[in-house]
Amino acid sequence: MLQIHNINTFYGKAQALYDLSLSVEASEIVALVGSNGAGKTTLLKTLSGLLRPASGRVVFLEKRIDGRPSYAVVEAGISHIPEGRRLFPDMSVRENLEMGAYLQRAWKQKGESLEEIYRLLPVLKAREGQLAGTLSGGEQQMVALGRGLMSKPRLCMIDEPSSGLAPVMVDEIFHIIEGLRDQGIAIFLVEQNVRHTLEIADRAYVIENGRIILAGKSEQLLSEELIRKAYLGL
Amino acid sequence: MKKTTSKRMFTFGLVLLILVLAACAPLYAPVYTVILLTSILMYMTIAVSWALFSGPTGYISLASAAFFGAGIYTSAILGKALPLPLVIVVGALASFCLALLVGALTLRLKGIYFVMFTFGLVELLLHFILWWEVTICGTTGRVVPPAGNATVFYAMLIILVILVLTVFIIRRSRYGLALFSIGENEEAAAHAGVHVTVLKIIIFAVSALFMGAAGAAMATRWTYIDPRIAFNPLISFMPVLMAIFGGIRPLYGPIIGAAIFTYLEEFLITRFPYYYMLIFGIIMVVAILYMPDGLVGLIQRLWKGISGRKHADT
Repeated sequence: MLQIHNINTFYGKAQALYDLSLSVEASEIVALVGSNGAGKTTLLKTLSGLLRPASGRVVFLEKRIDGRPSYAVVEAGISHIPEGRRLFPDMSVRENLEMGAYLQRAWKQKGESLEEIYRLLPVLKAREGQLAGTLSGGEQQMVALGRGLMSKPRLCMIDEPSSGLAPVMVDEIFHIIEGLRDQGIAIFLVEQNVRHTLEIADRAYVIENGRIILAGKSEQLLSEELIRKAYLGL
Repeated sequence: MKKTTSKRMFTFGLVLLILVLAACAPLYAPVYTVILLTSILMYMTIAVSWALFSGPTGYISLASAAFFGAGIYTSAILGKALPLPLVIVVGALASFCLALLVGALTLRLKGIYFVMFTFGLVELLLHFILWWEVTICGTTGRVVPPAGNATVFYAMLIILVILVLTVFIIRRSRYGLALFSIGENEEAAAHAGVHVTVLKIIIFAVSALFMGAAGAAMATRWTYIDPRIAFNPLISFMPVLMAIFGGIRPLYGPIIGAAIFTYLEEFLITRFPYYYMLIFGIIMVVAILYMPDGLVGLIQRLWKGISGRKHADT
């Protein structure tokens, strides 16, 4: 579904991604794990059109999307749920969700989409009229997820959904993400919470200093010596 | 649900009544009142246009005088050759094009840089036209063919009605929501699929369009104009103050602010010609300190307080 072929991305003169390749198929959760500054967020920004790769190709549903602006990427069917949630704090929960359906095609179906989101995340229905900035961290993450789903994406890229959340909340968010996969939405999950992520992901890539150093099925990676030492502290 | 529809009907009826009363004003009101009402309509138009763009996005533009002035100059140049409605349309388009150009250059700037640049634009145009008239034409200033008081009044009323309808439609569409989201978080708006730059430039230009139309219509009242009259920086500041005073977010905030401010200005100038700016300034400081959401916000708060107490009593 999504194929990334040998991309190189720079921040000014500093190279952040080196010859990076990976793929995500329909109905799977693919995780990208790695420490701070490894290049995870840079990769997502490159995919969603905020950064332009210097070389390489990104292909989504047989169409090239590298170097395309953000709105074109959303239109192609990829939604990006950014790190830190990036909500519109002084807009109501409902308005935040409606913004997710901004694109022409999604806007026409925003009523149905809204109902679907409320069914999936009932707590948002109860908070509909409240300003997004006044919600708890977990609820805000749910708004961010809901907003990302309003555009009816085929692929959801989720950046650090667990950051700053209580463990119980993290469990709930991850459970919701598994539910999305079961509905047929491909998930590209970027996380620092390695153990938890590998438990729900089908496959995973490990990124370090802008390069993929390890890839494979989650169960395999969980038993890999390197992972156990570096990320799980075993 | 039923309550909101009846409330909506009431608002609609009230607006219609005010509109009919206003439209008939030249038939029964003295000339002085018609002229004052025309000034009020002019400031309403500029304040509402200003709030259309700057309200939701938070980009504080001080270029209103530039767009208003572009309309005035269009009227001065074409006034003799074309009928008034056409002059107004051309003035509006001139401002629209100017704003497209300026917007494309400046809307990447943020915060204080944008404010400074837009204000610089007014001075730039003023001095450019001054230079042009002195060195190329040899004379400064122009005579504008005058139109009757009632004509200018109706022209302004029509412009304002079209503007309010336009703002109403934009606010209710997805673009209205997108404008607010740009003010909240531009990057997140882009993630949602908004063409952030394009939308900003177009709405900036639409707001300039109505300022230009107002300028073209009002020029006919002044009969003589020169660059210092046409590009008066006060026209940049007044709508900002009026919108803040009335309340930026609701559509009727700037309308109420403009009505009160223009009347207040007229009242103070005639009664206290020496102190009016001082009194004006004090009112503004008090307004900013104690009414963060403007007059409309204050009334809503008071209303909530009263109706809340009523509920508590019963």
